[in-house]
Amino acid sequence: MTTNNVLGVRMVLIDGEIVDIGGPYLDAEGYDFLALIVGSEGQSGIITEATVRILPKSESARPILLGFGSSAAASSCVAAIIASGIIPVAIEFMDKPAIAVAEAYAKAGYPLDVEALLIVEVEGSPEEVNRLLADIVEISKGFQPKVIEASTSPEHSARIWKGRKAAFGAIGRISDYYCMDGTIPLSKMQEVLAKISQICAGHGLKVANVFHAGDGNLHPLILYNANNEDEARRAELAGAEILKLCVSVGGCLTGEHGVGIEKRDLMGVQFTPADLAVQMRIKSVFDPQWLLNAGKVFPLEAVEMKEAPPESTHRAA
Amino acid sequence: MVAGCAEKGIPIEIVGSGSKRAVGRPIGNAMTITTASLRGVTLYEPSELVMSARAGTPLTAIEAELAARGQMLAFEPIDIGPATGAAHGTQTIGAVFATNLSGARRIHSGAARDHLLGVKGVNGRAELFQSGGRVMKNVTGYDVARGLSGSWGTLAVLTEVTFKVVPWPETAATVVYLNLPDNLAVELLCAAMAQPVEVSGAVHLQAPLAARLSHPGLKTMGKSVTALRLENFSGAVTARKQKLKEALRVYGKALELDHRETLEFWSELRRLSVLPHRQTLLWRISTKPTMAAKLVQAIKRYMPAEAFYDWAGGLVWLEVPATADAGTAEIRRAAAIHGGHATLIRAERSVRASVEVFQPLSPAIERLTRGLKAAFDPAGILNPGRMYANL
Repeated sequence: MTTNNVLGVRMVLIDGEIVDIGGPYLDAEGYDFLALIVGSEGQSGIITEATVRILPKSESARPILLGFGSSAAASSCVAAIIASGIIPVAIEFMDKPAIAVAEAYAKAGYPLDVEALLIVEVEGSPEEVNRLLADIVEISKGFQPKVIEASTSPEHSARIWKGRKAAFGAIGRISDYYCMDGTIPLSKMQEVLAKISQICAGHGLKVANVFHAGDGNLHPLILYNANNEDEARRAELAGAEILKLCVSVGGCLTGEHGVGIEKRDLMGVQFTPADLAVQMRIKSVFDPQWLLNAGKVFPLEAVEMKEAPPESTHRAA
Repeated sequence: MVAGCAEKGIPIEIVGSGSKRAVGRPIGNAMTITTASLRGVTLYEPSELVMSARAGTPLTAIEAELAARGQMLAFEPIDIGPATGAAHGTQTIGAVFATNLSGARRIHSGAARDHLLGVKGVNGRAELFQSGGRVMKNVTGYDVARGLSGSWGTLAVLTEVTFKVVPWPETAATVVYLNLPDNLAVELLCAAMAQPVEVSGAVHLQAPLAARLSHPGLKTMGKSVTALRLENFSGAVTARKQKLKEALRVYGKALELDHRETLEFWSELRRLSVLPHRQTLLWRISTKPTMAAKLVQAIKRYMPAEAFYDWAGGLVWLEVPATADAGTAEIRRAAAIHGGHATLIRAERSVRASVEVFQPLSPAIERLTRGLKAAFDPAGILNPGRMYANL
């Protein structure tokens, strides 16, 4: 997560004052304002400079491609890899519709007769990478993989990644799509993928799934025709249902892209009025008049009902 | 109870096991809320690397349950109990997150706050609220959970926390250099961090503190100890150790601690056993690693001081003689000149009542701090004055 690596920001507050929060130190003095600012979607101030933590680049990294006969097998394999103690740098999941479109466009050599594909990447020295990939192959064998293809060279790695990296664009070539960003607990992946198909089918729409499986961050791409008002409306309805599903299994509305305007009215699905009030008061601390990106994150009716900015003086102890 | 106190303005001291009660500014006459009865792990999914527990669950119980499945808390929470006169191993999981006190692995794996996925709690308005959740990636709304870490119970009473866990590494080893002066030691630690070997602990103990280690070889040397930890599967640790020693050749010959010695050495540091409870003062200073040795040198012009450098120099635990003003002015001046902030961890109650225990804030940050306090706790009843006077 970005927020783990942001050590400090210089920020312009709504009253024009410039403040430095945090700095080149590994912990905060006083309250952890950085935690509240990072991811606040421009609602706390204007950040003009950031101090971030950097790490030495790993010596090498290589992916392995694993194809499975079912999404269930692929999901179970993800859980088994993580449970084994290996922490890959990426575990990417593509379902059959996504594979077909990505392969047609990128010609990455993906198998077309599998239901789900995983791209698992590990890093370290070449010897460490060999050992980790061998371990992953062993684990995957418990889930009857139909394809096992470990990268053997940088060119090979690039080819394995090519289809995944082009997937969104490739799908965009054949259809408009509405991309969701919910996160779910890994153990619910099978159930959720099946329900996503049902939800979309229920609205007469197709869906392709390309997502970060290692952390349960889904990106269902609901395919629709933007020139057809009714289809666009149904895509939005399906999207909202999918996000409610994510929340109902213990997940959240957005894993990495934020709430913005689009998802603000779904916030009440994940949070109680008290939860939202706690967050909205934090906004008021930075921006008492609610002038910064005021229409984002929070449902408009909740914003209308919000309390007056808190008095910052209180009885001394 | 919180509602009643808020109405009448009665202060509440929030206590888990009380392991950190002697840290921070003393709280005056207050009612006590204890989370000690809020016990138990409520969710543990080893294959998802996630656990939830009620706030009063002892850390030892959490770590035992994790260890049974080969897992742990990556940030290696430090136990300041023994250094401040409390028993070791009594702290609760709620307090671990409320104070964000991370151990040596912070430089590799992140701080306590970085592992906190969600919280449930009660604010000073007696509202039950939750934030975050149990999934690994979540940017839905403000990160209130993380924002509460390090607030020392002054914003809310945590009732349940959900956090990320990680597998224990297969094996661990420590590379040790002896007798380096502070400036060279910190230079070595920084050079090690820049190597692609994932150093997961980088510390330097001045000779008097190294003499308090329990490792028979290291304690009797009469020399400073500079140590680097490597963790991974055994083949990788062996190879990385060679690579690291090669890169650090100019600093002299290295000793090695094996897996068992490594576990002992770092668990000793986690308990701050080299800084046992005594009459001296204990400061905790965050700085840029490259400035750490200079900062300690600057302080030593004013007072005797013994240093334990953690986080490759980014964190300095400093033991100095007890004085009425705790050397506050000199230490904070040195921190200001070299960059950094200082917290007084151990001092007599009367001293903690009269000096700024936490780093004083700039006017702008103080205004935000008062605003945030008022947002959570408008009556100012939760741990009032624990961090700052009148807050």
